[in-house]
Amino acid sequence: MSQWKKGNDQAGLLAPARPAERLQVWEALNIAHDRVLAEDDAVFVMGEDVGLFGGSYRVTQGLYAKYGAWRVRDTPISENSFTGLGVGAALVGGRPVIELMTVNFALLAMDAIINMAAKMRYMSGGALRVPLVVRTPGGVARQLAAQHSQRLEHLFMNVPGLRVATPATPQDAYWQLRQAVRDDDPILLLEHELLYFREGAFDPEAEAPPMHAARVRREGGHFTLIAYSRMVEVALEAAEELAAEGIEAEVIDLRSLRPIDLVTLQDSVTKTHRALVVEEDCRFGGAGAEIAAALNERSFFELEAPVARVAGADVPTPYNGALEAASIPRPGDVAEAVREWMVG
Amino acid sequence: MRRDLARQFLYDMLLARRFELRAAEEYAQGNIAGFLHLYPGEEAVAVGSLRAADPGDYVVSTYREHVHALVRGTPLGSVMAELFGRTGGCSGGYGGSMHLFDVERRFLGGYAIVGETFPVAAGVGYWLAMNGEPDVVLCYFGDGAVNQGTFHETLNMVALWDLPVVFLCENNHYQIGTEVHRHSAVSHVHRRTGGYGIEAHWVDGMDVRAVHEATRDALRHVREGNGPVLLECETYRYRGHSMADPAAYRSALEVNELRARDPLLTFREWAEGEGWVSATESAELDQAAERAVEEAVAFAAESPPPRDLHAGVHVRPLDLYGGRP
Ligand SMILES: Cc1ncc(C[n+]2csc(CCOP(=O)(O)OP(=O)(O)O)c2C)c(N)n1
Repeated sequence: MSQWKKGNDQAGLLAPARPAERLQVWEALNIAHDRVLAEDDAVFVMGEDVGLFGGSYRVTQGLYAKYGAWRVRDTPISENSFTGLGVGAALVGGRPVIELMTVNFALLAMDAIINMAAKMRYMSGGALRVPLVVRTPGGVARQLAAQHSQRLEHLFMNVPGLRVATPATPQDAYWQLRQAVRDDDPILLLEHELLYFREGAFDPEAEAPPMHAARVRREGGHFTLIAYSRMVEVALEAAEELAAEGIEAEVIDLRSLRPIDLVTLQDSVTKTHRALVVEEDCRFGGAGAEIAAALNERSFFELEAPVARVAGADVPTPYNGALEAASIPRPGDVAEAVREWMVG
Repeated sequence: MRRDLARQFLYDMLLARRFELRAAEEYAQGNIAGFLHLYPGEEAVAVGSLRAADPGDYVVSTYREHVHALVRGTPLGSVMAELFGRTGGCSGGYGGSMHLFDVERRFLGGYAIVGETFPVAAGVGYWLAMNGEPDVVLCYFGDGAVNQGTFHETLNMVALWDLPVVFLCENNHYQIGTEVHRHSAVSHVHRRTGGYGIEAHWVDGMDVRAVHEATRDALRHVREGNGPVLLECETYRYRGHSMADPAAYRSALEVNELRARDPLLTFREWAEGEGWVSATESAELDQAAERAVEEAVAFAAESPPPRDLHAGVHVRPLDLYGGRP
């Protein structure tokens, strides 16, 4: 049983902070980049505007001046080819960190990620390893309209050979980027555009849990809310709303979508007997479907009701602000769904 | 030309031809399955270019790569065993014909998606340049591949950053059944690099000596720090695109015309005429090649099939649910 299944969460997003530095997510990623570049000459960072400009979300700020153009490389707008370049370099000893400006453009790099990075180790009979990290912001931000507001985690979750992490706090962003760089297999970090400027506790020396381990962000005995990335905030707000009514929800931040820390989920359900997955992505064929199915299969006799889901609407993200807000789960939607199940 | 090099060219081409024809037979017998893309007719390109490379140079190839691996020195038996899908294969039976890899010989693939070779080669080149290594990447691809975005994206990056890559286009006139003038607005591939300021040359890909010389010069050019080079080797494949293709889209006349310029026969004639090899020696080399292929098939047939679906090479598939099976 994982020691990380609950508690031990002083460095978490909205959890009470231990007396440690507080940082924003982009700053934590920036420090992680700095450290991995300093520690290992094989690491280089590559992407559009990551160098001189310092990254669209400031994540690579200052690194170009410190490490030079070969280690922090501005690329042309050629997503598939510079990601594939990362694969090639990874095959011969490099440890590239590729930034795809947003997950929407990651679609252009699907060949490099899925057909190459995720397959090379297996189809070479284990002779090749691909220590590639691909970082990409995504999610619904503020009125960016359909082509710039996607959550595509379901596409990558279905790819054997890949790992997918979804950091939601500065501490996790720092930990998971460093862990990903050290790992010999390809890892995708799905970051959320609205989280970059969120502040949270940060301790660069704190010991990291395994990259895939879920964490309990709030304890509660009546209901389990399962979320990842920005939906952790939404779930926590819903939990506060429910607590006022006497319903104590346990909020779990999955942190990783491939693999999934089912152990932590099952432990929670054994206590609460009811669970709901909160996801920003569309409901149909999404991450919540996998989580709910796995939990229903394995915790059937612990559950008083089937695992439920609250998800984004199955529409391209609208530009209009009010419609946009209605297209993704809000705390009230989550609380309402919980109330419905608690009645039953 | 040195005598040992002439013999080497001849042996390599004889071996390549015999290997591929034998692979076709094994396919017909059911010992090889899936897609099988053969190389007869194109031997001069792999042999001429790879014999110009140093052991430190990297090779990135496509799904029509058996002969590149063989000439690079990957044991024949392990190539054949990979086609058979056996553990003795250079990819353990997990890759097959289209995914040969040999790390020891710096042979990096084996890619079945047209256009993937470009970014991989750029990545290897990036790593070499970043570390100031003297090695060069040889990147093979067909005429059909140059219309992929990755070709243009990669040419831009390798030229921009001066990466040590020699691009070797095996222009065999066909993209499956679509002839080059029907798939490319400009069918001379070497003329398509102008926009990127990359040096490029046309080479007679049926002439092993011409390919060898051009590659040697290109490698020197790159090693001296003058930037990437592209060589368009014009060649021809005698067979269909793959075993599934009867190649009905072209005339016997065309094939026979090209066969008359067979790289193997023309080189043998030349080498014998120049006195580099005698007719007896040629015959001996051919017999040696035949024996080597025989042994490779025997090795492949005896090699056990892989049994482990996950093989410990997968990314923790059993841990997908946090360690619970
Ligand atoms: C991206 C992609 N599109 C289509 C195919 C199917 N396909 C396989 S080989 C081939 C023709 C490639 O021709 P060329 O690059 O000239 O190489 P050759 O087979 O002649 O050596 C095609 C269309 C593929 N494998 N990958």
